Amino acid sequence: MSSTARSTRPPTGPRQLHPGAWWLWALGLGAAATRTTNPAILLLLAAVAGYVVAARRGDAPWSRSYGAFLRLGLLVLGIRLVFAVFLGSPIPGTHVLFALPEVPLPAWAQGVRIGGRVTVEGLLAALYDGLRLATLLICVGAANSLASPARLLRTLPGALYEAGVAVVVAMTFAPNLVADVRRLRAARRLRGRADKGVAAVLSVGLPVLEGALERSVALAAAMDTRGFGRTADVPRRLARATAALTLAGLLGICLAAYGLLTAGGAGWALPVLLLGLAAAFAGLLLGGRRSVRTRYRPDPWALPEWLTAGSGAAVAALTAFLAVRDPAAFAPTVVPPTVPALPLAAVLTVLLGLVPAFAAPTPPRRAS
Amino acid sequence: MITFEQVSVRYADSAAPALDGVDLTVPEGELCLLVGPSGSGKSTLLGTVSGLVPHFTGGVLHGRVTVGGRDTREHRPRDLADLVGTVGQDPLAHFVTDTVEDELAYGMESLGLPGDVMRRRVEETLDLLGLADLRDRALGSLSGGQQQRVAIGSVLTVHPRVLVLDEPTSALDPGAAEEVLAVLQRLVHDLGTTVLMAEHRLERVVQYADQVLLLTPGAPPVLGEPAEVMAHSPVHPPVVGLGRLAGWRPLPLSVRDARRKAAALRTELTGRAPSPTAVATGSPVAVADRLAVRRGPVHALRGVDLALRPGEITALMGRNGAGKSTLLGGLVGLHAPASGSVRVGGRVPHRTRPAELIREVGLVPQDPRDLLYGESVAAECAAADAGAEPGTCRALVERLLPGIADTAHPRDLSEGQRLTLALAVVLTARPPLLLLDEPTRGLDYAAKARLVEVLRALAAEGHAVLLATHDVELAAELAHRTVILAEGEIVADGPTAEVVVSSPAFAPQVAKVLAPGPWLTVGQVAEAMGA
Repeated sequence: MSSTARSTRPPTGPRQLHPGAWWLWALGLGAAATRTTNPAILLLLAAVAGYVVAARRGDAPWSRSYGAFLRLGLLVLGIRLVFAVFLGSPIPGTHVLFALPEVPLPAWAQGVRIGGRVTVEGLLAALYDGLRLATLLICVGAANSLASPARLLRTLPGALYEAGVAVVVAMTFAPNLVADVRRLRAARRLRGRADKGVAAVLSVGLPVLEGALERSVALAAAMDTRGFGRTADVPRRLARATAALTLAGLLGICLAAYGLLTAGGAGWALPVLLLGLAAAFAGLLLGGRRSVRTRYRPDPWALPEWLTAGSGAAVAALTAFLAVRDPAAFAPTVVPPTVPALPLAAVLTVLLGLVPAFAAPTPPRRAS
Repeated sequence: MITFEQVSVRYADSAAPALDGVDLTVPEGELCLLVGPSGSGKSTLLGTVSGLVPHFTGGVLHGRVTVGGRDTREHRPRDLADLVGTVGQDPLAHFVTDTVEDELAYGMESLGLPGDVMRRRVEETLDLLGLADLRDRALGSLSGGQQQRVAIGSVLTVHPRVLVLDEPTSALDPGAAEEVLAVLQRLVHDLGTTVLMAEHRLERVVQYADQVLLLTPGAPPVLGEPAEVMAHSPVHPPVVGLGRLAGWRPLPLSVRDARRKAAALRTELTGRAPSPTAVATGSPVAVADRLAVRRGPVHALRGVDLALRPGEITALMGRNGAGKSTLLGGLVGLHAPASGSVRVGGRVPHRTRPAELIREVGLVPQDPRDLLYGESVAAECAAADAGAEPGTCRALVERLLPGIADTAHPRDLSEGQRLTLALAVVLTARPPLLLLDEPTRGLDYAAKARLVEVLRALAAEGHAVLLATHDVELAAELAHRTVILAEGEIVADGPTAEVVVSSPAFAPQVAKVLAPGPWLTVGQVAEAMGA
C-alpha cells in the first residue's frame, strides 16, 4: 500500500481538514446540545461553533452556508415561541404575562387551546426547547460550511459510493432547476404572457421537468462513457454476507440511537451501538470488494484530525456525564422560573470544542 | 484503429435508418472530421464508436464496429472507457464533480488506477491543456473555452487511444475555439491519439483534418483527403468556396494556403468593390442610452449607447460572457437597467406589460425550445395567434420553411425547423424589432443559408434585426453593421466591412484571404468577377 500512502495529500502546510473530522466534531457539539436545556450552555455551544467556523472556513461557495443555517435556527426558535404564545403550553404556570382572547372550541377538541393565558413558565420552556433545536441546527451548519457534504461523500467506502453519487447529483440539480424555472419564466414574458405569480411558475413545470430529465440522461451517458459503474466479480456468498451484515448493523444503530435519545435505554444502548457499528463496518468493507474504484488524493487523517474529532467527542461525553451528575444545572427548572446557573465544569467542557480553531490547519485560500 | 463493417443503425420509431452501409477504417493517429447536413447520422456514428449506440440510446445496430480490437456490441460504454474518450457539445452536461482537479481524476478513479499514477497524470494533463492555474477552481466559474478544455482533459487522463468529439467548438467564441483546436492538434501530433470529430463550423476545423468523412442522407458515406472531399462536398467553408470559384487546384483548406494562391485574384479584383449596402436612415426603433445592467455582483453592461434602425441587420459579437445576451435581455425588459435608459418603440421595456411589449420587440432565445411549450406545432401556432388574426402564425411558418407537419411535437423537430417555428411565433405579433441570440448554433449550412434569406427578407420589409453571434461568417454574410462588446462595453460599432476586416478574431475567411481588399463573402467576389 505504499503507493496509496504517497498519493495522499501531504499533512503539512495549509490544507483542508479531513471532512470526516469536521462532521464528527460538529456532531459531538450537537450531541452535547441535546443533553441540556440550559440557555447559557446552549448559547456558549453556538458561540464556540461560530468561532471555529470564523477561524477555519475556506472561501468555497458552500462556506457561506453558515449564515443560512444561523437564520434557519432563529426561524425555528421564533416559530416555537409563536406556537407557545398562541397555542398555549402544557407547562403549568402561575406568572401570567398577558392573556389573549381564547377561541371557544367544542368539547371534542378538549386539550387543544387557541389563545388564552401566556405564562412566563410556558414561554421559558418553549424558549429553552427552541434554543436547543436551533443550536443543533447551528452545529450542522458549522459542519456544512467547514467541509462540503460532497467532499464527505467522496470519503465514503466503496460500497456506498454509488448512493453517494446519487446524492451529489441530486444536490447539483436543485440549483439547475432554479435556473431553469427562471429562464422559462423569462421565455413566458417573451411570448407576451405575465411572468409573475403562481400560475406563471406552475405553467413552466412540465418544460422544467423535461429539461431536468434530458439533463440527467445526458449526465448518465457521460458518466457511463467515463467508466462509472464498473464492477469486479465477487462470489455470491460474499455478496449475501455483505447484505446481511450491513442490514443487521444499520438496524442495531437505529435501535441504539433510539435508546440513547430516550431516557430509559442508557444501559443497553451503548453495547448495541458498538455491535451495530461493527457489523455495518464489516459489511461495508466486504461490499467494497465489488468496487474497482480508487481514490484520487484522499485527505490524510493526521494529528489535527484526531484532535478535532477528539474535541467533539470529549464535549459530547463530558456533557452527558455532567448532565447526569448535576441535572439541576443542565436542565434548569422553569416551574418556578429560576435564573439558570453556569457551572464552571460545564464552561470548561464546552470550551474544549474550541480546540480545532487552533489545532486544524488553515484552509488554502485562492486569490481569485 | 476504428473499423466499421457494413454498419447500419435504425431507431425503433423511424422508418429510415439513421445510418446505412458504413464500411470503412480510420487508421491510428489520424484526425478524422465528420461532415454532413443535420440528420445525416453524425451523432449516431459517433455514438457507435463510444458504445452509447446501441447500449444507451436503443435502436438496432447491424454490422460491426470495432475500436482497438473491441467489438462495441459486446462492450458497454463503461467497458470502453479506458479506450474511448467522449466529449459532447455542452461541457457542463459532462461534469460529474465540482472542481477542475477532481474532474480530471474522475475517470481514472472509476477505472481503479493506483493513486501515484493518477497524481502524475493529473499534473501532466494540467500542463498539456494549460489548466495549471485553474486546478482548484469550481467548474461553474470557468469560461466556455476553459470548460471545454477541462472536459477534454477529463477524458484524456485515462489515456484513451480514441477521442470522440461531437461539435466541440459550436458553443464557443472564435478565440476559445482556437484554444480547443490547438489542444486537439497537439494530441494528434504528440500523443498519436485518433480523433473522430463532428463539427458544423467547417471553417474552424477542416484545415486540421487528415481525413474527411462525408455523410449524406440517402448516399453512401465518402472518406477521403480533405481537399478531394471538399471539392464535391455540398457543405464547405468559404475558403473552399473561393477556391472553387477561382479554380485553384489543389483546393486550399486554410487561409494561409489560399493567400499564397490568391495573388492573381487580388490583382484582378483591384479597382473593384462590392456593391455598397444601403445605409439605414429611418428613425430608430430602439435606443439604449448609457445603459448599465448588473446581474448579481457582475456589471454585465456598462454605459452602452446603441440605436437600432428599421431595415438594418446588426451583428452583436464578443467573447462568451461579454454581455451580448444581457443586452438582448435588456431590450426585451428581462433586466432592469441599473442606470441609463432603454426605450423600445418609445416604451420602457421592463415596465411594459408583456402582451404589449411583444408588439414592439421579439426575442428568439439561444435555445428556441424555451419559447415552445405546446404539444404540437398547430397548438403552438394557435397559442401564438392570441391577439392576431387566427392562422397568422401557421401562415408564417409555411412562408419561412414549408413542410413542417401540424401534428409534430416541437421537441421532435430538427434544430433548423425549431428555430423557424420560434421565429414564426415571435413574428406573429409583428414586432418592428427582432432579436436573435446565437441563432446558428447547431444549424447546418443549408439551414443557415435559409435563415440568411429569411432575415434578409424581414429586413427588406423594414424590420430592425439584432443578432448576437459567434459566427463570423454569418455576420459577414448578413449584417449591415457590426457591434463588438467586451466586458460590457461597446468597443467597435460600424459597417460590418470596416469593423471585422480590421480584427483578426472576427474577420471572415474571405476577408483574410483578400486583405486588404474590402471583400467579405464568396458571393461578393462572384458578383464582382461576373460583372
